[in-house]
Amino acid sequence: MNHQRRQALRAGGGLGLYALLTAAGLITPELAQAAQTRAGFDAHTLDAVLSALGAGKPAASSDIELNVPDLNDNGAAVRLGIVSRLPKTEQVAILIEKNPSPLAAIFTIPEGTLADLQTEVKVSESCPIHVLVKAGGRFYSVRKDVQVTIGGCG
Amino acid sequence: MTNPTRIRATVRDGITEVRARLSHVMETGMRKNAAGALIPAHFITDLTVFNNDRVVLSAQFGPSVSANPYLVFKFRGGAPGERVRVSWTDNLGESRNDEVAIA
Repeated sequence: MNHQRRQALRAGGGLGLYALLTAAGLITPELAQAAQTRAGFDAHTLDAVLSALGAGKPAASSDIELNVPDLNDNGAAVRLGIVSRLPKTEQVAILIEKNPSPLAAIFTIPEGTLADLQTEVKVSESCPIHVLVKAGGRFYSVRKDVQVTIGGCG
Repeated sequence: MTNPTRIRATVRDGITEVRARLSHVMETGMRKNAAGALIPAHFITDLTVFNNDRVVLSAQFGPSVSANPYLVFKFRGGAPGERVRVSWTDNLGESRNDEVAIA
């Protein structure tokens, strides 16, 4: 699978190419999907990320938990704890609203893995952090305002 | 040259918890060095974690993930002695595979 992707990448860049290769049956829809989420990382505003991920306007959900301190001394490593209680959680994305590249990470949760994870992100200035969850094919989100004393993208 | 990922995996009551600290600069491409020149972007783009040959987590990262990425997650299954392998690739094509036995 990785091999195919390399070949596709070597053949030339660009999303149009992925569509073409998918149509030609050279790469699978999963790989095309990976290219689409990669586009989310190139987006520079929250709305652009959501639209690149095909998330539109996600519904606010109280079944997603985002644990993060309100106040952080060091924006270079802000520890996040995320739990989704939404059934069939398949994807968890972290968006930091005012970072130059708001999309920090997208986790794909296979069957058998719990939607319960911790990671660390950079927060360039005080702003809301959003967790976007795809569950049963639909998008949900939760947001929390986070303050940083020293920004983390320097 | 890259440094190994530090991994710890422990199973309890049928659930394996994985803790990993990856070694990587995660350079955003927007910082400048002392001479005022941009430091090129260098960050992990893809991460996959395996339990033996089963994928238990995959992720795509952008430059907003902290340097030396930290990760904790849990999956059902896993038994003492089975392998947990953390595999990553970065935007410059470097990659690493490191593994540990579940305790």
